[in-house]
Amino acid sequence: MIDLQLMALLGIPLLGGMLLALFGARPWAAELNSLMSGCTFIASVVLTLRVIDAGPQTAFNEQFFIDQFNVFLVALTAFVAFTTSLFSRPYMRIEQHHGKLSTSMLHLYYSMYQLFTFTMLVALTTNNMGIIWVAMEAATLTTVLLVSLYRTPASLEAAWKYFILCGVGIALALFGTILLYFAAERVLGEGGTALLWTHLNQVKGQLEPTVLKLAFVFLLVGYGTKIGLVPLHSWLPDAHAEGPTPVSAVLSGLLLNVALCAVMRSKVLVDGSLGTHFAGNLMMGFGLLSVVVAALFLSRQKDIKRMFAYSSIEHMGLITFAFGMGGPVATFAAMLHMTMHSLTKSAIFYAVGHAVQKCGTQQMEHIRGLMQVSPTVGWGLALGTFAILGMPPFGVFASEFLIITTAMHEYPWTTPILLAALGIAFAAVFGKVQPMVFGETTVKPLPHPPALIPVFLHLVLVLILGLYMPPYLANWYRQAAALLG
Amino acid sequence: MQIPLALQFVNLLASMLLLIVFAMLAQRRILSLINLFAWQGALLALSTFVVAYTTAQHHLYYSAALTLLLKVIVLPWLLHRLIRKLNIRWDVETLLNIPTTMLAGIALVIFSFNLAAPISQMSQGITRGLIGIALASVLLSLLMMLTRRKAVTQVVAFLSLENGLFFAATSATQGMPLVVELGIALDVLVATFIFGIFFFQIRETFDSLDITHMEKLKDD
Amino acid sequence: MNNPHLILAVLFQLTQLLLVVLAAPMLTGWVNQCQAWLQNRSGAGLLQPYRVLNKLFHKDAVIADNASWLFRITPYIVFACMWLAAAIIPILAVDLPFSQAADVIALVGVFALARMFIALAAMDIGTSFGSMGARREMLVSFLAEPALLMVFFTASMISHSTQLPGIVEALAHHQFVLYPSLAFAGLAFVIVLLAENARIPVDNPSTHLELTMIHEAMILEYSARHLALIEWASSLKLFAYISIGIALFLPYGIAEMGNWAGLPAAIVLLVGKLALAGAALALLETVSAKMRIFRAPEFLGTAFLLAVLGLLIHFLLGA
Repeated sequence: MIDLQLMALLGIPLLGGMLLALFGARPWAAELNSLMSGCTFIASVVLTLRVIDAGPQTAFNEQFFIDQFNVFLVALTAFVAFTTSLFSRPYMRIEQHHGKLSTSMLHLYYSMYQLFTFTMLVALTTNNMGIIWVAMEAATLTTVLLVSLYRTPASLEAAWKYFILCGVGIALALFGTILLYFAAERVLGEGGTALLWTHLNQVKGQLEPTVLKLAFVFLLVGYGTKIGLVPLHSWLPDAHAEGPTPVSAVLSGLLLNVALCAVMRSKVLVDGSLGTHFAGNLMMGFGLLSVVVAALFLSRQKDIKRMFAYSSIEHMGLITFAFGMGGPVATFAAMLHMTMHSLTKSAIFYAVGHAVQKCGTQQMEHIRGLMQVSPTVGWGLALGTFAILGMPPFGVFASEFLIITTAMHEYPWTTPILLAALGIAFAAVFGKVQPMVFGETTVKPLPHPPALIPVFLHLVLVLILGLYMPPYLANWYRQAAALLG
Repeated sequence: MQIPLALQFVNLLASMLLLIVFAMLAQRRILSLINLFAWQGALLALSTFVVAYTTAQHHLYYSAALTLLLKVIVLPWLLHRLIRKLNIRWDVETLLNIPTTMLAGIALVIFSFNLAAPISQMSQGITRGLIGIALASVLLSLLMMLTRRKAVTQVVAFLSLENGLFFAATSATQGMPLVVELGIALDVLVATFIFGIFFFQIRETFDSLDITHMEKLKDD
Repeated sequence: MNNPHLILAVLFQLTQLLLVVLAAPMLTGWVNQCQAWLQNRSGAGLLQPYRVLNKLFHKDAVIADNASWLFRITPYIVFACMWLAAAIIPILAVDLPFSQAADVIALVGVFALARMFIALAAMDIGTSFGSMGARREMLVSFLAEPALLMVFFTASMISHSTQLPGIVEALAHHQFVLYPSLAFAGLAFVIVLLAENARIPVDNPSTHLELTMIHEAMILEYSARHLALIEWASSLKLFAYISIGIALFLPYGIAEMGNWAGLPAAIVLLVGKLALAGAALALLETVSAKMRIFRAPEFLGTAFLLAVLGLLIHFLLGA
């Protein structure tokens, strides 16, 4: 039964990728894309309900493993992938009208979009630490040509940087995986089971601490490149700014989470083996550095997508920091923040995408008076910004509040640093978004109506979760947090 | 401590692997660089084969065959084709100060040997130190990526990095599960194709494969 | 060590000394002959170096007016140094009495002493060629010497001894083991050998082209018996280096102390190894081109790198 559900979850995007590879040039390709993503989402919901009912389980001869932690990311990934496909349908059409994209580029985009979803879902659900690596690398490969979709010099440069940096980073992660196997082989024996996370988890106390320590450093640096942790972040703003906006939305909202999930899987093993807070400290250090550096860079940005990319670095830093602190509350808060950030940041990118289309530029000084151009886009961007900055009614406030109170409790010295960084970020982003949303403009409203249902859908979700968290959801998060320790 | 001859041979191959990475680090000509890369692949295949023979793990034979096919035949052939098509077959790259690079390389080797020393002490005999050599060749390939200014040579460095990792996977740990190795091989192959696509896009856009043109995106 | 043993050992030592000093020009002749064959020439024969030495000894020496005593004694010192070096190296047998006197580091010192004298003598006359040659020689040796030391260190690490006999003993009498570190050291040693003996690609012993010559530029002012001694010393040096190479990397079959029966076999084996090494050297010289002097540091840097890598690999792999 679980095999079947999992097969549906992974099979639909794979099938979608193949179908769109064949029919991606047809006029109805965008609808097919949305349909496939929608089916994937339904499959993920079915799977989620089952896991919530029946608890963690393995599938396909233990090659896949689903527990409360990754099923929550599976649901989130499938949901955001679905809404992004809804957003990209009109968005990409408008780009095509503007002559920025040709049919063959769209063909590539649609098939790669499905394959990207597939690789991320594999990375989330696999039980094999080696397959996680393979899927993460495949995720890079599927997106790298999307980043350079516009074929402009800047987009090529961004894609090259993305490819090389993530390739190198992920190679280091492979070295970490090999070291992990090296340690596991001595306990579990040679053969297939030594990389299976469930098996590793059972024997984590016997794994050689020196090797695991080294392995974790490599894994963190490797997957950390993908998460966008400072100082390994330099590909992230470029790729987000130069790629098509739907790609920025899924990179920011999903890929970073998946990479973080891989790190968390390793952290559980390392904690079990070392019995110290080594992994947590390392993550806290990277996280804190990312928050501070990203906040300082935010105020210097001129490109709107670049600015929100830095905001993603900041939030991923915060989540990494929270996971690093460990303990039920901090882990709970980190997962909540992961959800909120994914929903909010993708909503912001949708709004930004339309704003950029309307004004014809990504330079913030030339984007003015969005309220006049299109009230929906204006409100979408304004509310999204409020949400991401952690204004009270939205869910981001709740998760940030939880993270900071936990930090105050456990690591008081970090609190002023975090608060100062968040304050700087607030001032920088708010100061830049305000004139873009309000203010005067000369741009005439464009004929294309924006597709903003996904934006408001996400924001409403974030708002609801900020005001009221359903008990079963809270319970679910709590169970997942307990799994991660 | 006397270790079997076959594993001494693996040790020798490992050392030669390290030597080839050093040679690549100092190689100016793109064509020779690709040939060195093919040699590296051949060493890798041979050492995988020897490990397969001594540990009697049959799936490692597949790995060895895969390595031979992919890294000695297919990838070098693709790269040769590529540089012929891009007409950069005889290109020579100006390298910054080879002695300094070499000294940095030695420092990296010492660093990685140091890092791997505790691991090699705890593993029993046979694969002592191979992790250290693999790590050293990974870091040296990274250094090579940093010092290179041409897209093609950066890619060769990337592939050599992958080779170092593969060596760690097959020889030092005596083989990862086959499904993982297949996945890695597939990723490398696809990555090479994408790199190829990139070369043409980059040259079309910048009229050159020099990545110094691609340093515009910066936070000022 | 009791008396009969000592006598035996001294006898061995004297045999080796005599043999080396007589055979060294033959090796040079052999290398030249091989080169001639490889270049499709008929060659001058194995005995040509002896004829040259004979001719030079019968000539009257011409010495520059401003030459000091240093210039006059240098040929003798250089010859003595090389002969001493050849005495230390276990060429025929392992347990020679002289080789107890100095270890590998002292051996490097003996070579350095000869080099210092020859460089000083070259500058003593004050010609521009002499100074230029001395400067280049120093540049080359300054890079080659650390590499050579590293090679020796690697071998010492493996055999736990800095005495050449100890090293040879350890390497020759163990059961066969592959030493990756020694392979690296061997490559480095070949480069050092080429550089130190003024061979292609670093220097060319058979040219007097001012742009390229190193060793020949230093000895340009010597004639007759002085030149003969220096040439003989060069042959001895080459012989010594090749013997070191054989001792470190191919020591199998060397005669043990007091084993008279093993001596003929050892001699035959030695001649075979020397012939092979000489032929290999000739081949190497024929296939490579002389490099510009500015590239020499890079070339020797490679030797140093290889030697250091060998040492590091020994630490890591223990082999």
